[in-house]
Amino acid sequence: MPDELLSRSFEVRGRDFEKAGEASTEIKSLLKALEIDPDVIRRTVVVAFEAEMNVVMYADQGTVSFVVTDDDIGIRVADRGPGIPDLDLALQEGWSTATDEMREMGFGFGMGLPNIRRNSDSFTVESQVGEGTVISSRINLDGVA
Amino acid sequence: MKLVDIAAALDCEALTPLDGVADIDTVVASDGMSEILAFHTPGAVMLTGLTNIQSVRTAVVADVHAIIYVRGKQPPEMVRQLACDKGIPLLSTQLGMFESCGILYTTGLKGAM
Repeated sequence: MPDELLSRSFEVRGRDFEKAGEASTEIKSLLKALEIDPDVIRRTVVVAFEAEMNVVMYADQGTVSFVVTDDDIGIRVADRGPGIPDLDLALQEGWSTATDEMREMGFGFGMGLPNIRRNSDSFTVESQVGEGTVISSRINLDGVA
Repeated sequence: MKLVDIAAALDCEALTPLDGVADIDTVVASDGMSEILAFHTPGAVMLTGLTNIQSVRTAVVADVHAIIYVRGKQPPEMVRQLACDKGIPLLSTQLGMFESCGILYTTGLKGAM
């Protein structure tokens, strides 16, 4: 088992656009303090930020958690919300069910889940309509997928 | 290219101090923050019409070095304050996105996408 170096969880509230992104920028600060490779930090924080914004835009409430081991960084974002009826569509770049309010915040252009997948070395998304969504991502510390 | 030279090329108003920014060779331009995150290049300057707090948070996440708001847009004070706290200079140009990108393209800066 790899050694755990750091773990933390953040609560995220739906529709709280002013605080949206605070958890991810805090994660960035914590990872920088561990002197992790900047490209690995950037990929990790893009994953966290996109998933956090999805919680704020679509869900009632969610939790952003991350665990750093000496092998990789694991990000898990679980929300209580409407869920995703068609995951294949949601993973297509450009597909979006965003409202005008979401787009005014600069998000909801159908790039969120694709960006999470692109920056992950491994990635899963599980969703139950009417219950919520869980996104899990791993980013290798050696930067090799 | 130095940020002050980019500011001069677009006739920008500086909304925060411009000190301490490394040379810039790349431009990312979009009102969609996920577009910036998808094609980010560390150390780029970001052109956008989006002035809310997510413009600065996206810049932090994508390691963008400075933000230029187009069409003369001005961010709210809390956005300016967050940018100061994070060390990300903010500028504003009266030019639109198309003109701004065109001018910067002719200076030799490259796009990230």
